[in-house]
Amino acid sequence: MHGFEQKKIGVLGLQGAVQEHIMQVEELGHNGMIIKKPEQLDEIDGLILPGGESTTMRRLIERYDFLEPIQTFHSQNKPIFGTCAGMVLVAKEISDSSDTHLKLMDIRVKRNAFGRQKDSFEAELPIKGMSESFKAVFIRAPYIDSVGEDVEILATYNNHIVAAMQKKILVSSFHPELTDDTRFLQMFVDMF
Amino acid sequence: MSKLVGTETVKRGMAQMQKGGVIMDVVNAEQAKIAEASGAVAVMALERVPSDIRAAGGVARMADPRIVEEVMNGVTIPVMAKARIGHIVEARVLEAMGVDYIDESEVLTPADEEFHLLKSDFTVPFVCGCRDLGEAARRIGEGAAMLRTKGEPGTGNIVEAVRHMRKVQAQVRKVTLMSDDELMTEAKNLGAPYEVLRQIKESGSLPVVNFAAGGIATPADAALMMELGADGVFVGSGIFKSENPEKFASAIVQATTHYNDYDLIGKLSKELGAAMKGIEISKLNQQDRMQERGW
Repeated sequence: MHGFEQKKIGVLGLQGAVQEHIMQVEELGHNGMIIKKPEQLDEIDGLILPGGESTTMRRLIERYDFLEPIQTFHSQNKPIFGTCAGMVLVAKEISDSSDTHLKLMDIRVKRNAFGRQKDSFEAELPIKGMSESFKAVFIRAPYIDSVGEDVEILATYNNHIVAAMQKKILVSSFHPELTDDTRFLQMFVDMF
Repeated sequence: MSKLVGTETVKRGMAQMQKGGVIMDVVNAEQAKIAEASGAVAVMALERVPSDIRAAGGVARMADPRIVEEVMNGVTIPVMAKARIGHIVEARVLEAMGVDYIDESEVLTPADEEFHLLKSDFTVPFVCGCRDLGEAARRIGEGAAMLRTKGEPGTGNIVEAVRHMRKVQAQVRKVTLMSDDELMTEAKNLGAPYEVLRQIKESGSLPVVNFAAGGIATPADAALMMELGADGVFVGSGIFKSENPEKFASAIVQATTHYNDYDLIGKLSKELGAAMKGIEISKLNQQDRMQERGW
């Protein structure tokens, strides 16, 4: 492929839909790597924080001292993509909670904002920069209830922000890794 | 924008988000909070853990809705609850209460000895137990969005869960390598829906997540099941029947995440206190074997 540069993309492998992201990364011809130890971050060009249980992931991030290494990774200007729980993890602020996590992105996120599993849904969503809609799968999903000045909003559902970008961070409330559609991941790779 | 709820993707996806995690049995909000703090990905709200159900005897039913509600209000992680095999109304009640997942479970006394629930009819997703690929495929055919081994619940003995996990894996591998013209006979022999087997053959794996359950009592047990290819683990009696539930819960979560880090598992296993007392399977009377419930 002309101009194609293979990237090494890590997926935080503490819990959640890790393999689904790895498969999509490989489908785009890049190199996927499961990250279980902080020192592995040195080996990758970009990091995906997958969907899963954000409470569980946060505890494991603390327990295995991932907090600072991921913040350092970000300060080196390397891109990060958070889906669902991953979006909760990168937020500066969590609604109705004093818990914060990595505090990397200027957004305030509401957890389980659409309700419990019975309210989980899929919908065809228009996304900024994509000519065709995207099948967005929301599972006990969070949304963004406020954003800082330089955050670009990429998608909304019922006036709630469900995808956004700030500098080298991309987030979505929904799960592109549960579909066959790699356009969202491609958007992440284009940030490299 | 129109939205679709209760789709296959949404139901199966919920289980995919639980992968690599531990789902813990709890009987009240206090235990649920301990489970959440230790890093559980979900809790199963019950009236009694399986080993107490064994001890109590009698008919085991869906938990008192007050317990389920108390647990739902106590934590932010997903809450599962058990309905009896084939008990349409227990399942509908749990769905109406808004539980995140229903376990159509052999731990409770079956309500129907012939028919399992038609799980595709529900918005809430279901997990079901299986001992082999035939059973797994039948449950998928009925709409289960997640599987688990049956194991032998409430025994603290891992042997049956190992047997069931190995069996399903071996049968999946066999189907994957079969030629197309052998598949229908395999479906007949397993008692499995042909379409489900075809899907497995094409993708090389089960179409839903498969957790380990039924007898996991220690961090090493949890890691063993992950090593054997489980997507995650359910721990029933193992945590709150141990000497030190907080420590046990946290150690089992860590051992599941880092199942091939043996130094860590060794470290975690030190100073845990006593695990639950186990039961030798051959000492169980035939009628006390929960795994024989359902088909």
